[in-house]
Amino acid sequence: MANTYTLIASNTLSSSAASVTFSSIPSTYTDLVVKFSVRTTDNDTMLVGLNNVTTSFSSRVLEGNGASVASYSNSSSGRYIGYPIITTTSTFANGEIYIPSYTASQNKPFSAFTAAEANATTAYITAVADLWSNTNAINEVKFTTSTYSFVSGSSFWLYGIKNS
Amino acid sequence: MTDTPTKVIVDCSTGEQTVVPLTAEEIAELEVAAAKAEQDRLAAEAEAATKAAARQALLDKLGITQEEAALLLS
Repeated sequence: MANTYTLIASNTLSSSAASVTFSSIPSTYTDLVVKFSVRTTDNDTMLVGLNNVTTSFSSRVLEGNGASVASYSNSSSGRYIGYPIITTTSTFANGEIYIPSYTASQNKPFSAFTAAEANATTAYITAVADLWSNTNAINEVKFTTSTYSFVSGSSFWLYGIKNS
Repeated sequence: MTDTPTKVIVDCSTGEQTVVPLTAEEIAELEVAAAKAEQDRLAAEAEAATKAAARQALLDKLGITQEEAALLLS
């Protein structure tokens, strides 16, 4: 059970950016968690990459927007972690990814949770159970949008968690 | 004219934060990956909607509500 929670690094964008990367992550923690508050320049999907690798991701996605629900497996686009729509001006979606045992020599399961914020009839909330089939220790976490960018003011906080 | 997209890199060992313009290759990779993700998301939503419509059509045919159908299966 985690009993520490240390901020390793954070970033608040001062101008729009297509991606935000935390590199050279120390291996001295047990788990990693990244909290984010993001808005994109247009309706866009949000993806995650690990160690500058974009392959070998597979996931189970549970998603609802107030009008419909979906539950599906995502083997070809397992990097998908949310859909932070921008229906309402100046609202930011929030979420987190949790990566347990990020230095272990085993495939890396992790979870993601993203909630859009909108004064509208629909807004997506997404929960993802993800698996990165790669046994390398994780030393880099990257967030991207698709063809658009994260706007200025979007923020990311990387925490390390120790179990002792 | 559109500005070249940038990426932000935060080096956790030094705390240094850099802003770097994306290469043409990186831009192309992002577009392909995101288009695929969006395609999958829309396909999943369409599949869920089709299933929901089929479920409702069956309920209508049977003349029962979803709650009554759940009772039958419990």
